Amino acid sequence: MSKPRVAIFDFACCEGCQLQIVNLEAEIVDLLSIIEPVQWREGMSDHSDDYDIAIIEGSITRPEDEERIRKIREKAKILVALGACATIGGVNKLKNHGPLEDMQKTVYSKDFSLPHLATMQTKSVADVVKVDVYIHGCPIDKKEFTYIIRCLGAGKTPNIPDYPVCVECKKAGNICRYEYNEICLGPVIRAGCGAKCPSNGFWCFGCRGFVDDPNVNAARDVMEKYGKTMKDLEEKLMLFNT
Amino acid sequence: MANVDINVKHVTRVEGHGNIRVKASDGTIEKVEWQVPEAPRFFEAMVKGKSYEDIQTIVSRICGICSVTHSLAAIKGVEDALGITVSPQTDKLRILMHYAEQIESHVLHVGYLVAPDLLGQKSVVPLVASHPDVVKTIITAHKTGNDGMELIGGRMTHPVTVKPGGFSKLPTNQELLGYKKQLEATIPLLSTIADVVLSLAGKLPAFDRPTEYISLTMPEYYTFYHGKIKSTDIDELTDIHQFESVANEYVSPQSTAKWCKWHRESFAVGALARFNNNAEQLLPLAKSVAEKFGLKKGNCNPYFNNVAQVVEAVQVVEHSLQLIDDLLTAGIKPEKPVSKPKAGEGVGCVEAPRGILYHRYAFDDDGKCIKANICIPTGQNHGNIQKDFEAFVPQIIDRPQEEITLLLEMLVRSYDPCISCSTHFLNVEFV
Repeated sequence: MSKPRVAIFDFACCEGCQLQIVNLEAEIVDLLSIIEPVQWREGMSDHSDDYDIAIIEGSITRPEDEERIRKIREKAKILVALGACATIGGVNKLKNHGPLEDMQKTVYSKDFSLPHLATMQTKSVADVVKVDVYIHGCPIDKKEFTYIIRCLGAGKTPNIPDYPVCVECKKAGNICRYEYNEICLGPVIRAGCGAKCPSNGFWCFGCRGFVDDPNVNAARDVMEKYGKTMKDLEEKLMLFNT
Repeated sequence: MANVDINVKHVTRVEGHGNIRVKASDGTIEKVEWQVPEAPRFFEAMVKGKSYEDIQTIVSRICGICSVTHSLAAIKGVEDALGITVSPQTDKLRILMHYAEQIESHVLHVGYLVAPDLLGQKSVVPLVASHPDVVKTIITAHKTGNDGMELIGGRMTHPVTVKPGGFSKLPTNQELLGYKKQLEATIPLLSTIADVVLSLAGKLPAFDRPTEYISLTMPEYYTFYHGKIKSTDIDELTDIHQFESVANEYVSPQSTAKWCKWHRESFAVGALARFNNNAEQLLPLAKSVAEKFGLKKGNCNPYFNNVAQVVEAVQVVEHSLQLIDDLLTAGIKPEKPVSKPKAGEGVGCVEAPRGILYHRYAFDDDGKCIKANICIPTGQNHGNIQKDFEAFVPQIIDRPQEEITLLLEMLVRSYDPCISCSTHFLNVEFV
C-alpha cells in the first residue's frame, strides 16, 4: 500500500496546532514512515496539490478563504479539522458577539474599510464544508494527533471519547474546581485531553467542544449545588464558542 | 539588463502569510514590496467585556509559537492595572518559563526553518536522511525548551498555570532539579548547533544597512522580561507605559498588520536588537559563542539575527541555571495566586523571541476589560523588512531571478516573523 499523501493548510489561527506536530520531536520521523507530507507551508518549500488527506488548521474569516477551503475539499479524499479554530471556531468566534463593524473600527479605526482589511463573521471549517475527522483542542493533544494519523494511515476510524472531562478529571484524582468557587466547563466538554487544565489547577475553558449529547440537567444541578447560574456557565462557554 | 518578475505568494517556512513582489524591466526596478495578507483576527475587540481572569487565556491564542510570551505580557499588564505585586519566587519561575520559550523558539527557527536554506534544501525533511546527527541534536535541544514550558506552564503551548498574582500549580524542587540537569545537557547540543551554523555562516549574505534597534534593557542583566525601552539611536530610556510613543503605528496599504517607525523610516526588534543594546551583559558561554562568530555590537546585517538567536539560546540556558540555583537554595514555597477585580489601566512588556511585545489593558470596577492595545514585534519589523528590500534589491538585481528570490526569502526568514501575531493591532489613539 502506498503511503497517503498529506497536505497541511492554515487559515485564521495562531498556528499552535501545527506547532504540536513539530513538538512530536523524534516521533515525526516515525510518522514519516507511514505518511508522505506533500504540502506544508510553515515547514516546507516543496509543494504539490496532489493529496489524499487535507489537514486544516484555523477558522474561515474571509470570502476568499471560503473559496479556498471549498477547493481543498474537492481535492481531498479525507478532510481533517485540526484544533478548536477549525473544529468549533474557537476564540476567533468571539468576534461574532457584536456588530462586525464595531470590531473592525476597534482595531483599524478610520482605516477599517480598506479592501485588504476586509473580514466576515467567523466560521468553523465544518460551517463551510464537510469534515471527516475532528482533532479537538486548543492546542491539539499531540498524542491524540499521532493516534488519529496512524488510524487514517491504516484505514481505520479513530475512537474519540464521547464523555465529559469530569471523567478524566476524577480519574486523575483532582479536587473539583467548583470546590474552589470556580466555574469549570468539565461537566459538558468532551474528554480526551486527560483533564490537563484542571490537573494544573485551572478550570476547563471548553476548547474541545461539547460532548455529542451534553447532560444539561446534570450541569444545572452542579451549578445549583455551588450557587452558580446557567448564565455564569454560558458566559464561560463563550470563550471558545462551545 | 535584467528583467525580473518575482511574485512569491505566501513565503514558506515562516509563521503566517507574507508575499514578496519584485518587478524590474531592463534593470530598472519598478516595484519592491513586502506584503502581509494574513487574515486579521481582531483580538483587541474580542477581549472587551471579558473578565481580567480570562484575558491571558484568550490572548495567548494570538500566537502558538510565542504563547508563553503573550501570556506573560498579558498577566503583567493585568497585574499592573490591578496593582498586584508578585513574589520573587513567582517572578523567577515566570522568567524561567519565558526562557524555555526562547530556547524552543530560537532552536525551532534556526534549526527547522533557516538551516535548510544554508544546507541548500527545501525543508528539514531531507535533512533527516542527509544530516541525521544534526537533526537529532536540534530535536533534543528543542525538546528542552518544550519540557521547561510544560514543567512550569502545565503544557508546551498556551500555558494554563499563569494566573494574576502567581501560579495555579508550582513545580517541585525535585522537578526543577531534573530540569536543571536537562539544561546542563543542552549546552553541548547548542554548542554543536553553533558550530554547524558557524561552518555555514559564509552563506549568510553580506548586506549591511544602518538601522535603529529597539529592545528592553536593565542594569542588572541581559533582559527579556523587565526593564525600560532602549533604542540604539538615543541614550535616553523610555518607560514601558509610554510604548505608543516608541511604536508609532500606522496602517500600510501593503499589510493587514500595522507598521511602525520612530527616529527613522523604520526600526528593527528581535535577537539582534537585544544584542546590539545589551551585548556586554551576556554571560560567559554566550559571550564566547558571539566571539566565535565575530558578532559585535553595532552589527546591522539583518541575516545575523539568526546568529544572535544562537547566542541568546546559550544565554538563556546559562541564566536559567542561575535562576534554578536561586530557587532551589530558597526552596519552592507553596503560594496561592490572589487577585480581586478593580478599575485601572496597566501595561505589560516582555521580549518575544522575535522582539519586544507590548500589551495594554484597562478594566472597570468589576474587572471587565474595557480597552486593549497589543503591539506585536513582527508588526514593528514589517516596515524594516520593506526598507531592507528597497536597499538590498538594487545590489542584487543583476543576479538570476531564482537567487534573488531565495535571498529575499532568507531575509524575511531571518527576522523570524510571526505574521499571524502581527495582524490585529489596535489604533494607537488609546486614551
